[in-house]
Amino acid sequence: METAKGKRTKKTLLYAVLGFWAVVNIFPIYWMITFSLKSNAEIFGENIIGLPKEWIWSNYSAALTTGNMGLYFFNSFIVTGTTIALTSIVSLMATYALTRLVWKGSKMVNNMFMLGLTVPIHAAILPVFILLRNLKMTNSYQALIIPYTAFALAMAIMICGSFIENIPRELEEAACIDGASVYGIFFRIILPLMKPALATIAIFTFLQAWNELMFAVIFISDSKFRTLTVGIQTLSGSYTTEWGPIGAALVIATLPTLVLYAVMSGKIQKSLMAGAVKG
Amino acid sequence: MDKVRKNKTAIILFMLPAVVLFAGIIIVPIFMSGYFSLFKWDGMTEGAFIGLGNYVELFTSKTSGFPKTVQNALLLAVLSVFVQLPISLGLALLLAKGVKGEKFFMAVFFVPVLISTVVIGQLWMKIYNPQYGIINTALHAMGLGAYARTWLGEQETALFAVFVPILWQYVGYHMLLLYAGIKAIPTELKEAARIDGATEGQISRFVLIPMLKPVIRICVIFAVTGSLKAFDLIYVLTGGGPAHASEVPSTLMVSMIFGRNRYGFGSSIAMFIIFLCFFFAISIKKMFKTEVE
Repeated sequence: METAKGKRTKKTLLYAVLGFWAVVNIFPIYWMITFSLKSNAEIFGENIIGLPKEWIWSNYSAALTTGNMGLYFFNSFIVTGTTIALTSIVSLMATYALTRLVWKGSKMVNNMFMLGLTVPIHAAILPVFILLRNLKMTNSYQALIIPYTAFALAMAIMICGSFIENIPRELEEAACIDGASVYGIFFRIILPLMKPALATIAIFTFLQAWNELMFAVIFISDSKFRTLTVGIQTLSGSYTTEWGPIGAALVIATLPTLVLYAVMSGKIQKSLMAGAVKG
Repeated sequence: MDKVRKNKTAIILFMLPAVVLFAGIIIVPIFMSGYFSLFKWDGMTEGAFIGLGNYVELFTSKTSGFPKTVQNALLLAVLSVFVQLPISLGLALLLAKGVKGEKFFMAVFFVPVLISTVVIGQLWMKIYNPQYGIINTALHAMGLGAYARTWLGEQETALFAVFVPILWQYVGYHMLLLYAGIKAIPTELKEAARIDGATEGQISRFVLIPMLKPVIRICVIFAVTGSLKAFDLIYVLTGGGPAHASEVPSTLMVSMIFGRNRYGFGSSIAMFIIFLCFFFAISIKKMFKTEVE
């Protein structure tokens, strides 16, 4: 049997490991927030990892005005918001048709969508770029919204599929007897009951679209439509010697995610697990 | 009800947007990539059909450096499976024991997964900065200044310097999946083992880990295919350099297509990445299946 002392050292060790890993995970974010408020002198020597001695809020105004982060934030917001809305409605409609309506080939089409889980986005980048160029659609919000939605669909349909299983078919049958059409059933019965699935899809799609880089670099060259990820890249290219404004830009880009996570960490963790259930 | 469920117009209306998007942006482009990969084409002038010429070049040309990128991607995959996953599994096992502050640790460990890779890349770039970065500053402070390096700028260190944040970022994700898997194992099994005199270590080794196989399989698939697709962090940190030292297939593809207008050759890289992803996803599934039997 273990001695009480042995148990205590074991426990200390356990917390030391967990605590160490927590520091490794939280430190870069702490560091980002503190250096976004420091002057170069502090960042580069006087005070590398401490709290700022003098809080330089002008880093934020520099990032927002000269760095254009305000505009990029707005662009990311539009692109991500529209992608979430489109993905939700398109995947829900498709899932309903795939699981509840009866037609030949529904299984095959469903498998096709599931294949989309493994396909890397690289596969499509050149053809989609040529397509957008021929349609004169590069440098627009659609240039990102449409590909983002397409690549979010596979996961969204899978998530919807696992949620719709829990809605009893009898509900639809009862509505049918009351004279509802298929559209009535979809909008009045299925849609309201699928709200939890939509929340999960929204979280998933938010993270994908908000953080995406490759498409955003290649499909957008006009700074008017640039999103945050590319904006940060440009900013760090032009502010190589001044870290403060870059730190501020990084904080601005990360803030929505962190706030969202602080409010609903449990739900976010569950949502990201949903993506792995079926692998 | 049958009549409602077989409403053809409704089926078409409901399926149409998803099918158009999926086919237009994913399925058709894959075939187009396959088609492009058979041409020598700069995207502007007429392409010349060269059959499998691009694929031959992939593996025989000394200048394209493609085999090296595959080697780098596979190395990342190996590190993901044998370094990243064990760390995740260890943390998941520790947390699932029911320590105080379980929820807090969980939340903290998961933060890097949520943050944009661009932000993480920028942060690590500053951590690695040769003059002011935390690593070199710390080395100098400890009197180990001789070990300070231009981490991202030297051929010997660039690859591993890039791998560290990639591996670090997703530890939390695998941990979450494994943790959920452990929590789903009925506690009676653990109790029974404990009554039979098993130690904590033995319970983990002989009860929990075997039960976790399906989750571990998913983690391995994600880790390997994720490594093959890796792009963002490498693009931000080194762009594949210096002198291609940290190049992976996807960064090479982007620089071939959009930097050097080699549309056909770039497409053959894209096709090869797809092939590798499916190949490994299927073989890993098979491997785990035969082991279970």
